[in-house]
Amino acid sequence: MKVIHISKTEWQDGLDKARPSYGLYGPMRQGQDDPVFRRLGPGEFPEMSFKNTKMSPKELVHPQSEPLFRYTLDPNDPDHDILKEVPKDTSPKAIIAVRPCDADAFLLVRRNFDTPVYKDPYWVNAYESLTKIGLACNRACSSTAFCTTAGSGPFSDAGVDVLLVDTDDAYLARVITEKGGRFLDACGFTTPATDGEARIASLREKAEATISSSVHTDKLREQQTIDLYDASFWEDVAFACINCGTCTYSCPTCWCFDIQDETRGKQGVRMRNWDSCMYPLFTLHGSGHNPRGTKVHRVRQRFMHKLKYYVDKYQDGIQCVGCGRCIRLCPVNIDIRNVCNMMNGYTACACAAS
Amino acid sequence: MSAKIDAIRQIARRLLADGAVDMVIGFKRGTLPMMNEPCFIRKAEEADRLVWDSHCGINLANYVTDRKERVAVVAKGCDSRNLVNHIIENKIKREKLVVIGVCCDGMLDKRLIAEKSREEAGAEVDAVEEANGQITVKAGALIWQAPREELLQDNCKRCRHRNPVLYDERVGEPVAEKTEDNYEDVKRIEAMSSDEKWAHFENMLSSCIRCYACRNACPLCYCPTCFVDESRPQWVGKSQDPIDIRTFHFLRAYHCAGRCTDCGSCERACPMGIPVRQFTRKLNKDCEELYGWQAGLSIDQRPALDTYSPNDPNDFIR
Repeated sequence: MKVIHISKTEWQDGLDKARPSYGLYGPMRQGQDDPVFRRLGPGEFPEMSFKNTKMSPKELVHPQSEPLFRYTLDPNDPDHDILKEVPKDTSPKAIIAVRPCDADAFLLVRRNFDTPVYKDPYWVNAYESLTKIGLACNRACSSTAFCTTAGSGPFSDAGVDVLLVDTDDAYLARVITEKGGRFLDACGFTTPATDGEARIASLREKAEATISSSVHTDKLREQQTIDLYDASFWEDVAFACINCGTCTYSCPTCWCFDIQDETRGKQGVRMRNWDSCMYPLFTLHGSGHNPRGTKVHRVRQRFMHKLKYYVDKYQDGIQCVGCGRCIRLCPVNIDIRNVCNMMNGYTACACAAS
Repeated sequence: MSAKIDAIRQIARRLLADGAVDMVIGFKRGTLPMMNEPCFIRKAEEADRLVWDSHCGINLANYVTDRKERVAVVAKGCDSRNLVNHIIENKIKREKLVVIGVCCDGMLDKRLIAEKSREEAGAEVDAVEEANGQITVKAGALIWQAPREELLQDNCKRCRHRNPVLYDERVGEPVAEKTEDNYEDVKRIEAMSSDEKWAHFENMLSSCIRCYACRNACPLCYCPTCFVDESRPQWVGKSQDPIDIRTFHFLRAYHCAGRCTDCGSCERACPMGIPVRQFTRKLNKDCEELYGWQAGLSIDQRPALDTYSPNDPNDFIR
């Protein structure tokens, strides 16, 4: 694969050259806190020396609140009671400095929104308009990161179009897709790197060695679903949970949403909003019955979905990239690493005694 | 601290061995620095799971709501006040409850310590140790120290009820209590013009993701269906519309009026670091000024907003 050398002195000029043809998005710091992804205004450049953003960049493709249609209930309006699609901005965008775990997460989420049978037009169009410029992690972002055992890694390039590797005075840009190549061309970055792959490989090895945390997932597929579902540890796992949506909202791979009509006066909008399996309303039936009526049900669902149902359905690992956000942000310290290892190592009879 | 851990374990072991309670609710060691996880034990031999230190900021009264078993719960001063609330509001029966009251020295502000570590070392906190009123933080290559009092949660710095107000078993010796809260934080906002207040709260709530961690960490929020979750009719929109976000926060605070013990769980739980206590503290101040009322101090007194007295201030009626 082609590796381009970008010296840091030409970095900002290059981004400026790309601005006419790409909307640029990148991490921006607000105060002392971790940065957040947002559209870069003129003269703004992405923060490149951050660990990871507080919230994942999934909202660039799947916003927390997204209007889908507008309608009017005004009988004098010829279009009354007709849903009109809200125009979407599908012009090319480049997201700069997305971390490899978060880029890999897009591929997991894509399995839900972009299938041979169903294509969610909002997600797919937003996703396809994005060029993802990854930024490899030279060292672990946190002691809670377990990306290397969750199917991702600090130098994973599965989900990016270009992977940037910081070498202090320059970036080595490994071109993964044609889309990525076009973005680098637009920036005017064309100098081939000498020994690019070898230097990346050596930095990669060092980076992977700094990931101190891990999960075991090798036995999840062979576990019996019903055994895990009935496992005795769920009451213990769920006890501390307050059923807030922090884990699901901060998760780059959680994709659930709810559709709502909101009408003010005679004007209305149909929108979709993130939803969370932690909320009782998530599964409340029209009849009043709630199949996941208790917090134990809901906590079990979250972990079973990520670590068993998804594993069985797609046969390609867990629905988690090991970014560690849910661990860091959980108000009561529920730790997916522990739960994953418990599920992986579970034996139905032995557990009854423990 | 280790004396308190020993005492808590001993009491838990005894209560369970004697069959006095069905479960003991306390904290177990967390997987991250500055985090402990609420947990329960049902057997005397599990008592060694229980821990106590300066990172037990979550309010455990939240975990006894509507419990039918006989429950013992480890309670700081604020937790004990919320247990009083629970008894008054019929969320748990006094006779089913054994309060293991812990005389509290205040809880450390995990966010403040993380921010300082990030500022000074650019690293996350690896370990926090304390001895003789000094906190030592290890963050990456850096070790920094500060007096314990400076690193307490804001509500703990202001706390006037560190000793449990209701207990059956006591852990630790009573600590000296502050006698007043000057509410200077609330006064600072009260002094703002309407426009300034609007901008202040607008800015404060701008990062809210509506995860409801503040609501759910609060022992006062036990409605079977919260008003934001009602769907027939639906009172509040579900989007990121600032009007709906404000509605949630303002109404949540008002539902806590005369009930809030300023335990700080809401603020501690918020993943975005929003200082949501600013709302509830204004109402606490009002309750104190208007009715001389602080929530959760006695099971024999009805809450201020629960009763009518001819002496109640009524200047607002014109």
